[in-house]
This record gives sequence, C-alpha cells and structure tokens, in this order.
Amino acid sequence: MASGVKPRVKVPKTAAAGDVITIKTLISHKMESGRRKDKKGELIPREIINRFTCEFNGQSVLEVILEPAVSTNPYFEFQAKVPESGEFKFTWYDDDGSVYDTSKSIKVS
Amino acid sequence: MIFSSLKKTMGLASIAALALGAVVARAEQAPKDATLVINGDTKLVTHVKPPSYIPGLSDAYSGWRFRATETQALETDDFDNPGMIFVDQAKDTWNAVDGTEGKSCASCHGAPEESMKGVRASYPKWDPAMGKVATIEMEVNNCRTTRMGAKAWKYTGKDMTDMSALITLQSRGMPVDVAVNGPAKSTWEHGKEMYYTRTGQLELSCASCHEDHYGDLIRAEILSQGQINGFPTYRLKNGKLNSIHARFKGCVRDTRAETYKPGSADFVALELYVASRGNGLSVEGPSVRN
Repeated sequence: MASGVKPRVKVPKTAAAGDVITIKTLISHKMESGRRKDKKGELIPREIINRFTCEFNGQSVLEVILEPAVSTNPYFEFQAKVPESGEFKFTWYDDDGSVYDTSKSIKVS
Repeated sequence: MIFSSLKKTMGLASIAALALGAVVARAEQAPKDATLVINGDTKLVTHVKPPSYIPGLSDAYSGWRFRATETQALETDDFDNPGMIFVDQAKDTWNAVDGTEGKSCASCHGAPEESMKGVRASYPKWDPAMGKVATIEMEVNNCRTTRMGAKAWKYTGKDMTDMSALITLQSRGMPVDVAVNGPAKSTWEHGKEMYYTRTGQLELSCASCHEDHYGDLIRAEILSQGQINGFPTYRLKNGKLNSIHARFKGCVRDTRAETYKPGSADFVALELYVASRGNGLSVEGPSVRN
C-alpha cells in the first residue's frame, strides 16, 4: 500500500428531493506515472489510482478510469441528483491492489 | 473627454520620463479589495495598520490580497485547499509513537485542537529554557530530541513543515502577536538590520521589493509585502507546503547572495522581525499561493 493515502469527500448533509448536489472528492496519492527515472537512471514503476467509482444506495453514479497522465492527489467534482435519503459510497482502486473507500450519508427532506 | 485628454497627457509624461532615462520610483500600490472568509464562517483580517515601530509601511496586507482570484478562491474552503492534505498527514504523525521514550506528540499534548490553540500567533518568541528566541520548528525538534528520544527532523523537511501547519491551523483567524520588546529585543533589532541591508550581486534588501514595490510586477509575478502570516504555504509551483525559512532562502538566493541556513540564528531573527511587520493580521496558515 502506498504511504500517505487518505480519501477526502465533501457531500452536503441535507438536500431536497430531486435536488442536484455537488460532490467533491480528493485522494492524496503520489500517482507515480511509470515514466520517471530515479537517480540511478532506472524507471520508477508505475503506481497510480486506476479506477474511481461512486455509488448511491448500490446504484452506480460515476465510474472513472484514470491514466498515468492524471496528476498527483486526483480531485473530482461532479453533480448528482438525489431522489431519497441514502448513502454515497466512494471507492478508489490502486495499481498495487489496495482499495480505499469511504462513504457519506445524505438526508433528503 | 476630460478623462481621455488627461490619459494622453499622462502617457506623454511617462514617455518623457523614459526618454530622459529618469528612474521613476513607483509608489506602493494597494492590492485589490477582497474579504477572506474560510468555510463560510471564519472571517480573516487581511489588512491592518502596522504597529508604530514599522515606520516604512503605511498598510500591512496579507499576501492573499495580491493573488489571482482563482488562487484566492482555493483558500476559502478547506476542502479545496490542497494544504489540508498535509495537515491530515501531520495529524497521523501527531498520534504516532516515535523515539526511545515510546511517546507521540499526543502523549503529552493531547488533541492539537486544544493544546495548540493560539500557539502560532505569538511565535517566534523568547524561550527562557533555551535562552534564545525560538520558532515553532525549534520547539518541535526540542520536544523530539529531549522528551521523545527521537531524531530531530530536518528544519525545512516535509515532516516538520506539515507538523508546523497542523499547529498553525489551530490559531487560524487569531491576530499575529509577536513580542518585539523584552528579551527578544536584540534579536528583533538584528532581524530589522537584515531586512534593510542590501545583499547579493543584485544589491537588494528585503525592503527593496517588499516595502518599496509591493503591488508592482517582478517579471510576471506581483510582489507581495512578504508577510508571513500565511505560512506554511501551499505553493502551486511546487505542490507542497513551504516553510518560512525555505521561502527566505529562495528570496535571498534570488538576490544572488550566499543564503543563510534554514534554522540559523540569522533567519530566526529575520522571521521575528518580518512577523512583527504583520502584527494584527490573521494567522492564515496553511494558505495557498502561486
């Protein structure tokens, strides 16, 4: 597991039914592209977050495939319509097999 | 009509000045007007009248006021502020045991939100036990070596700067209030002398840029007053938190002088003096700059 990886998510705590809300996500990750060389001139192996998903009550909201050109600490901001109260689940998949996840619940009145 | 003819006259006047080769000293420019509110509830002071012992400065402005609108916006929300990633990492370090004594920062200091509240605002300050003016970094390393039995961190290294940001955050919004009198007086005087002494091949003092020309362009950048109330600072140019002494070093290097060592008595004195120039501004760290 890469060091210093920490997911952060911002979701409003409440919303009205049918509201379009803005979700912000950020994960601290070095996103080693696999193209850089170390001091000895040898390639540093690639290690990036290659996939990111967001689900709401088990239903897919967003799925992203990331490539090596994505910068360090990848940040996503997107919008979603919330029909009911529930839980957003966010998952990041690392090249080394690690999976980082976090979830946030939202109350719809 | 009046305006356009006035403009024309001014244009001619400046061309005349250029033609004569006269050095036109530009008056200090007030930065743009904007209010810094973080997370929608913490209002920060970015403009004050400086204390009477800073005669060279009529107004003290936080560096935030000189930055582009987009850069300013990054600091108004802790989620958007990339510096907070490192604060989170420092929080893990705070709770991690290190050294021969089997202690972490938390073993003695508990939660940083409680124990470190207001600490940053008065630093650098006189430490009676050390017998000199100490910075946050010096106190952290003192704790690590004498109480934790751990290795001292590099003064401007990542661990140190991130920890300094975690400590600074607990004072955010409080006014900078460093003591310039009492036992710290001679250190402060030394810092002041450094601030006004021209050094390097370019023969620049700190004041040459940050007092006489703030608000003006230095190549493609807008000069700030060099206030340090926003440190540690996340800089977009290097994507990490930057400490005060690392920034000082960069600035001195740019005058093409031999730089002082981060953590040296000289830089500590300069830090105290520069901090005092911003007494009254809000502690802003970790801030976002370009």
